Amino acid sequence: MSPFDRKEAQVRALLEGPHPAVPAGLAAAAAAHGRRMLRRRRALRRFGWTVLCAAALAFAVWAALTHPWVTPPADVSPPLEGW
Amino acid sequence: MGAVDRRSGRDPEFEAFVAGAAGRLLHVAVLLTAEPLYGAPAGASGGASGPTPASTAAPAARRILAGALARTYAHWERLRGDDPYDHTRQELCAAYARTARRLPPGTGVLARLGPLERLVLVMRVYEGVAEEVTAAQLGLTPERVEAVCNRAVATMRAPAQEAA
Repeated sequence: MSPFDRKEAQVRALLEGPHPAVPAGLAAAAAAHGRRMLRRRRALRRFGWTVLCAAALAFAVWAALTHPWVTPPADVSPPLEGW
Repeated sequence: MGAVDRRSGRDPEFEAFVAGAAGRLLHVAVLLTAEPLYGAPAGASGGASGPTPASTAAPAARRILAGALARTYAHWERLRGDDPYDHTRQELCAAYARTARRLPPGTGVLARLGPLERLVLVMRVYEGVAEEVTAAQLGLTPERVEAVCNRAVATMRAPAQEAA
């Protein structure tokens, strides 16, 4: 056993004090809190997906109506006439 | 509410885990917060000098542990093969690291150590977590973990040697 292991063992003995009593109902309270946390997380995820889908749908509708990829007719040069 | 969780076996498994591990985890939390287990602190209301009942002793440690257990419960499905005890201890240490500056220094065994020294000492010496794992969980280099651990052990042994 190295000297440091001995020192560690001494400190470990120091840490092994009296164990505190576990309060009753800890598991039930933690489970309830965890369930609440899960529900909130699920609701947040559903909200995020809803917003994302709505945005994608709105963009598709807008693009279908306005055709933003079509180049607008150039109205700088005068129309060619008299040929 | 919770009917699905109860049917899928999450609640009984979680309750069995808490029944087995809560004692040791609460001890870890009390070591970290260095709260007194017995006897009201001086100047407490009413001057009660008897042992503090379990329901009121070490409030910060119990709060941190309850939060860590709740996170483990919420994470239960995604633990897969991982040890829930390791996960809860990691959450516990992270919660303590987040709130250590707001907590009183305490009067327990590790009251003389700073928050980082307490974390390293409890994880390395009491819980026996590997140096690399401790370093990764605390966001330090392994060399720094070793240095902090040596310093903490030296600090803890100093008065013991004086007394001997």
